[in-house]
Amino acid sequence: MAKQYETVIGLEVHVELATKTKIFCGCSTAFGGEPNTHTCPVCTGMPGSLPVLNKQVVEYAIAVGLAANCEITRYCKFDRKNYFYPDNPQNYQISQLYLPICRNGWVEVDTPDGSKKIGIHEIHMEEDAGKLIHDDWEEVSLVDYNRSGVPLIEIVSEPDMRNADEVIAYLEKLRLLIQYLGASDCKLQEGSMRADVNLSVREVGAEEFGTRTEMKNLNSFKAIARAIEGERERQIDLLEAGKEVIQETRRWDDAKECSYAMRSKEDAQDYRYFPDPDLVPVWIDDEWLERIQAAQPEFRTEKMARYREEFGIPDYDIEIITGSKHMADIFEETTALCNQPKKVSNWLMGETLRLLKEKELDPEDIRFSPKHLAELIALVDEKAINTNVAKEVFEVMFEEDIEPRSYVEEKGLKAVNDEGALRKTVEEVIAANPQSVADYKSGKEKAIGFLVGQTMKAMQGKADPGTVNKLLKELL
Amino acid sequence: MANVISDETIEYVGVLAKLELSDEEKEAAKKDMASMLNYIDKLNELDTTGVEPMSHVFPVQNVFREDVVTNGDDRTNILQNAPGEKDGMFIVPKTVE
Amino acid sequence: MSLLDLTAVKLSEKIKAGEATVPEAVKEVFSQIEAKEELLHCYVSLNKEGALKRAEEVQKKIQAGELRGPLAGVPVAIKDNLCTAGMLTTCSSKILGNFVPTFSAQAVENLEAAGAVILGKTNMDEFAMGSTTETSAFGVTRNPHNPEHVPGGSSGGSAAAVAAGECFFALGSDTGGSIRQPASFCGVVGMKPTYGRVSRYGLVAYGSSLDQIGPLTKDVRDCAAVLELIATHDKKDSTSVKREDTDFTSALQTDVEGMRVGIPRDYFGEGLDKEVKEAVLKAAEVLKEKGAVIEEFDLSLVEYAIPAYYTIAAAEASSNLERFDGIKYGYRTQDYEGLHHMYKKTRSEGFGAEVKRRIMLGSFVLSSGYYDAYYLKALRVKALIKKAFDEAFAKYDVILGPVAPTTAPKLGASLADPIKMYLGDIYTISVNLAGLPGMSVPCGKDSAGLPIGLQLIADCFEEKKLLRAAYTYEQAVGGFLVGKEV
Repeated sequence: MAKQYETVIGLEVHVELATKTKIFCGCSTAFGGEPNTHTCPVCTGMPGSLPVLNKQVVEYAIAVGLAANCEITRYCKFDRKNYFYPDNPQNYQISQLYLPICRNGWVEVDTPDGSKKIGIHEIHMEEDAGKLIHDDWEEVSLVDYNRSGVPLIEIVSEPDMRNADEVIAYLEKLRLLIQYLGASDCKLQEGSMRADVNLSVREVGAEEFGTRTEMKNLNSFKAIARAIEGERERQIDLLEAGKEVIQETRRWDDAKECSYAMRSKEDAQDYRYFPDPDLVPVWIDDEWLERIQAAQPEFRTEKMARYREEFGIPDYDIEIITGSKHMADIFEETTALCNQPKKVSNWLMGETLRLLKEKELDPEDIRFSPKHLAELIALVDEKAINTNVAKEVFEVMFEEDIEPRSYVEEKGLKAVNDEGALRKTVEEVIAANPQSVADYKSGKEKAIGFLVGQTMKAMQGKADPGTVNKLLKELL
Repeated sequence: MANVISDETIEYVGVLAKLELSDEEKEAAKKDMASMLNYIDKLNELDTTGVEPMSHVFPVQNVFREDVVTNGDDRTNILQNAPGEKDGMFIVPKTVE
Repeated sequence: MSLLDLTAVKLSEKIKAGEATVPEAVKEVFSQIEAKEELLHCYVSLNKEGALKRAEEVQKKIQAGELRGPLAGVPVAIKDNLCTAGMLTTCSSKILGNFVPTFSAQAVENLEAAGAVILGKTNMDEFAMGSTTETSAFGVTRNPHNPEHVPGGSSGGSAAAVAAGECFFALGSDTGGSIRQPASFCGVVGMKPTYGRVSRYGLVAYGSSLDQIGPLTKDVRDCAAVLELIATHDKKDSTSVKREDTDFTSALQTDVEGMRVGIPRDYFGEGLDKEVKEAVLKAAEVLKEKGAVIEEFDLSLVEYAIPAYYTIAAAEASSNLERFDGIKYGYRTQDYEGLHHMYKKTRSEGFGAEVKRRIMLGSFVLSSGYYDAYYLKALRVKALIKKAFDEAFAKYDVILGPVAPTTAPKLGASLADPIKMYLGDIYTISVNLAGLPGMSVPCGKDSAGLPIGLQLIADCFEEKKLLRAAYTYEQAVGGFLVGKEV
């Protein structure tokens, strides 16, 4: 009988923090600058330059640690991790090995088999590397240090996960916690959240862990799921063939759906960590910790309970809306302005989700402002525009965050509610469609629908269909 | 307890330190390192049980920067000393095969 | 009387009084440089044109009353491991042979803001690793008192330049004695301030937890004046300490009445040259006559300072020097196959033997399996050494001893046996490990005519005690005659 194997997975998740500046210098962390325009002597490793720690990085790291039920290391230090690579200008990365800022935490995740606690071994602060661009024309690579020194936290889990579903549930959980804290936007595709997967297999029932490998370059949930499946199979095949799994770092190629070893004889993997003498220790006292604790936001579970209580919208809507901190913020701010939670929820659940899907965007990418959505809802309520026009306006708003009231004015989309003008059009429609009029009069109620449609068409959609209906009945 | 440094060790440390030593230099390095380590071993005469390793002499802590952008575009200066530059970036030997 | 005979402070006074001008001083010092450089080689690079231009500007500002400080208009030499914007900064290494920084070290900026004029960059042991200035990639510097001898190191160029009148004062850096020992060998005043007193921003790091910038001057007053300018809190250096007690010139008093001076017996044992010993003890007698209370004591742990130091310094250096890789600045080898070969060839060709030796040692002591046994052990011993000093300073205001076991050795006599060379740092190194301020003051010459230095050590941030003791001594012996005798 074939052996049964269990997969054991631990994750190292890197999250780029949403600070304005880099971890050790006053350079901007903004995306999209020309190469090396967000650099200075510190983040390019110029001789004589020295790092000074960004306080906000520590605050975000503590906040994430508290949210993930970690012990906060009151006295923590930075260490140098020494290795040569061109994306690393000093050829050492400033990180934390001996005294990481957070330890021994956990998060609870929902899995198909119920909820499960995933242990967090530690969270440490470190600096990101620069970017290498490969120039195929000249057989060289080019280095851009704009990302060098962008603050990261690395969240190291315990080997508590057993399949891809659990891994994705865990990542979703972290993503939400961190987004709720505002500590990062956690976008896998853009690299502001990155996961390395440590995976081993063992026979079901075995006590010891098997030899693990580390897989890098996973930039979507789908890639992670495929990589886990691929690596599990690769390791089982090795074991079945009587071979050994080698402890190594492997790079996942999602297009080819396979991984390959990243070893070379020049990679000794001996990082010679030692405390960075250029930085002084961080001491986190009770007062500081309490201040951060007090400022922790309402997390998703609490928010969901409150929404049920306060807004009376369906559970399904609550689930979706609170699944993104950004969307929840929009919901709350818009509701605060217009006091119509159901209508706000409808716009989010309907048109917003439709457009996000159509344009392949994340809820975090929503750009329209709550003020404008509230204004749009008011326009409909005032019957200044009808629902169809409102949807058109919304689509423009979704793209460009226009101000709906002035847009409606400018584009002449305002509904004609002047009964005189409307009555004239209705009379013309009646005169032009004797057959339908006859049908209606002979008892075919449905015929009025056609007449309403014709009137709306003549009014270029700018009439309120209810008013048109009322007028038609009156005149007939 | 004299230290003996093997060829493998010198080779390994050369990989870590990114230094390529000639055979002559390797022999000298083996000798130098062994004698330095013998000398450093003198520290073992001291009982340091319970003594905390001291990285910083003063108990200075919590030196921070506020999260405010203070640097602008300094690219021209940053690239000024580069041995190789292209499109505003540093040229390095190809890093992928 | 030549302007070159003046101390820095006196020169500035004369300029401010309109009795001399900055361009005159700069020109005079350059003619001295031109006369002496070929023999002594104190400088790696000179900034003649820039200095003359700057001299005119500074002169105008002095005349306009915009610059009134004690060093306004004074020509200064800067050690070549301190970044100077627009001026070559090589650390006397081939690997930085063409490096022109885009910013200046904070200490250099302070001097320039006060109206000092940079003459050039002084020679040093490559990356400050050495005690003779012989490991420079650009040739040795000779001792102005006897060109057959070394000037000491690593700030040998700075010390020799002050001694030879090739500048009015200089900046150096001291990681294990690199200011005090060459000051001693060249017969000038040198001070290593308390760790954190002077910003390290812009100092190309050797051993970051030990490095400190300090002055090399003709007399104690100049030393106080320079220190007062460079000892400012700097937000760019996390280890820079904010202090109010930086009015060092106020400590220039001839008063050591009741000052408790401890003489460590351990500094006067085997290995110490007899003439050095006699000169140092004679200096102690001078202070005693002036009212100081002199007492011998056992400092302990002295012989452990060197192995602890070389472990820590080499470890930090191996990491600090990783950035020299041929990518962002400096030397890059010509022919290579791929990235790692480029790294190795660049670094092997770019670094000299002593630097490679320390990088190898440092990489080894930090490597997997050895970190605890070597690096952490050394940090524990460092804690013990610090404690021994704490105990000493509970009893004494100042510790007095020699700077080095001997006077300046002959050129070529030291490098052959590294451990023997390292042993020459025995009296200076523990000061760096414990972060203390230490000062070297000339206290005579040996029978060969080579200067001897007296070392004064105080507790952290007690530079004023050093200056008071040194000033009292200097006044008692009638001045140091720096630059007037060579």
